[in-house]
Amino acid sequence: MEYILIIISAVFINNIVLAQFLGICPFLGVSNKVNTALGMAGAVTFVIVLATMVTYLIQIYVLNKLGIGFMQTITFILVIAALVQMVEIILKKVSQTLYQALGIFLPLITTNCAVLGVAIIVIKKDYNLIEGVVFGASTAIGFGLALIILAGIREQLELADIPKGMKGVPISLVIAGILAMAFMGFTGIVK
Amino acid sequence: MSQLQNFTKGFIKENPILVLVLGTCPTLATTSSSLNGMGMGIATTFVLIGSNVVISLLSNVIPDKVRIPAFVVIIASFVTIVDLLMQAYVPGLYEKLGIFIPLIVVNCIVLGRAEAYACKNSVFSSFIDGFGMGLGFTMALGILGAFREIVGSGSIFGYKFIAGDGILVFILAPGAFIALGYLIALINRIKRT
Repeated sequence: MEYILIIISAVFINNIVLAQFLGICPFLGVSNKVNTALGMAGAVTFVIVLATMVTYLIQIYVLNKLGIGFMQTITFILVIAALVQMVEIILKKVSQTLYQALGIFLPLITTNCAVLGVAIIVIKKDYNLIEGVVFGASTAIGFGLALIILAGIREQLELADIPKGMKGVPISLVIAGILAMAFMGFTGIVK
Repeated sequence: MSQLQNFTKGFIKENPILVLVLGTCPTLATTSSSLNGMGMGIATTFVLIGSNVVISLLSNVIPDKVRIPAFVVIIASFVTIVDLLMQAYVPGLYEKLGIFIPLIVVNCIVLGRAEAYACKNSVFSSFIDGFGMGLGFTMALGILGAFREIVGSGSIFGYKFIAGDGILVFILAPGAFIALGYLIALINRIKRT
């Protein structure tokens, strides 16, 4: 039951993009087409789950043991950068198709603040390892959901007549705002 | 380019948020009031100046192949300094900005300036560049924060001048997206004429 609450809360109520403002750059950057959005969502889910696990273990067994909690930011960002590189190399060897599908998105994920954000939130909320991983995975699903919805709308938008100044980023932001309003309707499902 | 132009380019022409659209996450998250927004802006400015200066000092020492990880470590060190300083001296603001202080590390503006400017230019120019860009960032955050605060709660810098509630949605998440969207559209419009 506990896990279901975490999942619903992370996907809908505290949606990482629309309620917590993390990962906006890829949210605006790769939401032109549904296909690329799917690829990005897949890559992000993969990295977030892995990064949450590794950073959690490092926090508990290294940083806390040695009493150097202030090194958190530096350690986490390095771990995430290394992890992204590693995933890229492994994927290239193991599954060529998956590598080609995710290819260009992988290096971009290092600067996706959702990854570092989730890692820090898991430590701040005192989750245990399983809760942390469930939280990370459902956050990533929430990110994917928002990204794919926006991509779907933007594909349709190409046919619409938009004022020149509003084209591109501004109209995407306004759409995201309306999406966020829709997602506010989920508030109250879980207390 | 003269140093003055170098300093002011971040204000409008290459404003990190309104023109380059970098660092949108902290922009949307911390501008529920003008004070929060400007606090975030000043913290980022400090990191920008520090990382720009150190990176331009070390640009000859850092091998080209590992420059990105090296930049990230330098930036993360300055973020940690800011994090600890704010925790000690402005605990109220630190609480409000919360997770977005450590997240300055992944703010694209900081790494962007390091890669595009600081590693190729002199220490003094890099300092000016970081300062100007930081001020532009702070200004954009201040404007957006002030707008959201005035419309959303009828106050400015915490001073309430309209009795009763404002349009609450502008304080909440959707208002952030919509306000920034229209602000960028406005800048696009001004730039064209």
